[in-house]
Amino acid sequence: MAVTSNWCRCTSCHAGYGWKDKNFDFDKVENIDCLVCHDTTGTYKKFPTDCGYPPLKDKVFAGKKLFKAVNLSFVAQHVGPSTRESCGKCHFYSGGGDGVKRGDIDSTLIAPDKKLDVHMDAKGLNFTCATCHTTTAHEIDGRHYDTPAPGGLALAFPKYQGHRVRCESCHGLRPHRPKQKLFDWRLVKLNDHTDRVACQTCHIPLYARGRPTNIYWDWSTAGQFKDGKPIVKMGPLGRPVYHSKKGTLKWGKDLVPVYRWYNGTYSYVLPGEKVEAGPEPIEIIKPNGSPTDPKARIFPFKPHLGKQPYDPVNKTLIIPKLFGPKGSGAFWADHDWKAAAAAGMAAAGLPFSGEVTFVKTIYYHALSHMVAPKEDALKCGACHIRKGGRLADISGVYLPGRDRVPELDKIGATLCLIVLCLVTIHGLARIILAFKK
Amino acid sequence: MTQKLYLYSRFERFWHWSQAVLIIFLLLTGFEIHGSLEIFGYEKAYLYHIYVGVALVILTAFAIFWHLTTGAWRHYWPVKEKIPQICYYYAVGIFRGEPHPFEKRPDQKLNPLQRLAYLFLKLILFPLQFVTAFLLMSYQWWSYLGIEATFRKVALWHTAGAFAFLFFLIIHTYLTTTGRPWYNHIRGMVLGWEEV
Repeated sequence: MAVTSNWCRCTSCHAGYGWKDKNFDFDKVENIDCLVCHDTTGTYKKFPTDCGYPPLKDKVFAGKKLFKAVNLSFVAQHVGPSTRESCGKCHFYSGGGDGVKRGDIDSTLIAPDKKLDVHMDAKGLNFTCATCHTTTAHEIDGRHYDTPAPGGLALAFPKYQGHRVRCESCHGLRPHRPKQKLFDWRLVKLNDHTDRVACQTCHIPLYARGRPTNIYWDWSTAGQFKDGKPIVKMGPLGRPVYHSKKGTLKWGKDLVPVYRWYNGTYSYVLPGEKVEAGPEPIEIIKPNGSPTDPKARIFPFKPHLGKQPYDPVNKTLIIPKLFGPKGSGAFWADHDWKAAAAAGMAAAGLPFSGEVTFVKTIYYHALSHMVAPKEDALKCGACHIRKGGRLADISGVYLPGRDRVPELDKIGATLCLIVLCLVTIHGLARIILAFKK
Repeated sequence: MTQKLYLYSRFERFWHWSQAVLIIFLLLTGFEIHGSLEIFGYEKAYLYHIYVGVALVILTAFAIFWHLTTGAWRHYWPVKEKIPQICYYYAVGIFRGEPHPFEKRPDQKLNPLQRLAYLFLKLILFPLQFVTAFLLMSYQWWSYLGIEATFRKVALWHTAGAFAFLFFLIIHTYLTTTGRPWYNHIRGMVLGWEEV
């Protein structure tokens, strides 16, 4: 699944003003949409299928939702710094709906309480996205593309401007400080964790705390109809569990993350890259890092499982054309995976054998938002426990409470038991003899 | 024919019993941190373990000072005499009502086996636990201190030491009941006076 061949639908968010085909020029200044970020009126909205353009006259989307014509001069007269709402217009809805893709950001962050997000708390710190995602000349500091995960303290010097996105940038590498006491061993020990455990691991105890997030997406079942009409079956979380256009979906709320070593970079399966389909899901986005990597930390992730089209001859994931008019091969119009694959792969300039099967895939989404108040942070026992702890799958560290050397425990316990039996027998013998006399 | 001897001075008794309480507490909290028990919850177990451990270090510092200044360290000097007889006593003699082959005196309060056991405790086990504990608490500084170790190995030795302490505690507690009457040794360690 990709933007390619689906431009006019996807580019209502995937940035580009009028990105309607592969010839879009990203270097042209007039192709940058200023207003989508800097609108403060809340009236600047892009039409979902107009290649990143806003509606200039009243338009109805999918026969239901009315998009009012945008008054461009009014919006242009009310530009200002970005807000949670302006960033959220796209980022809260990534994946095609509220909270679908991310799991750690959704529309509840427009005005969250402290419980949901300590930093964005509308009645408290009231951070905007840009408070942490600082910028230099419109280059926004992001985390997961080129910035290593752990970092040091960044100060208010100009050279750090645009590089202050990490928790450590403000909180430092030994972030827990005693409020009243001069010294608190508990906090010293918590600080000791920062060499191997990311802040997020304890301080984002659950994800999808605002809206439900999508955790499973099986495209292989898409395209079924009942009496010629599309099927939309809603699930208990108010999200579709089956949708003719999308297939079978699973959703979750207040979910426990999975944990992986992560050095701040990912490995991606790129378009046209050969991947073997096996019983295990193909890792299309995988965090890099290992216990021997000094930059890696144990980090929380949302895993997303899916089943998506695959070319078994060329051994590549298929970029299908989903969106388009009837006859274009678009799956949402023609409901034919082979035609959609042919159209999509042609647009991407990639070979396609004509065969379509479906493979299991997984991607990992790092969780960095919706930081809970400290009283909700994970307690020691969440990981320091023999079985079933949060870090049960993490290797490469000795985790007290979870790890042991079983042989040593066996020898030690056996010796102690033997000597306990011996002294018991010895004592009983003395008692019996004493009674006999 | 019994006589009462003042064997254990006030500091010695205070030291012995507070050490006993601290070590038992360290065993409980330590094995909870190790994942073998569940009593206080991990966080409390961990913090208690540290506090009690520090208390034991302080107590031990006073005890070392006391032993050196009073000359009481001589009681732990190992001797060879009567070791076979004492072993025979615990295996056979004690059941026949024979007297203990060792005579307690204020200038030699500990029998040769006790001397060996306590000396082992003082020279090997306590240092092992203190050193490994210090290492476990300071692993962030190992690279600066030039210490090459793995957390896993140090934890393993600390656990082994804990088992050794538990092993000692079981035997020691039992042997305190082998006086005549059975509580004679315990009473001696509480009151200081023991009937010999």
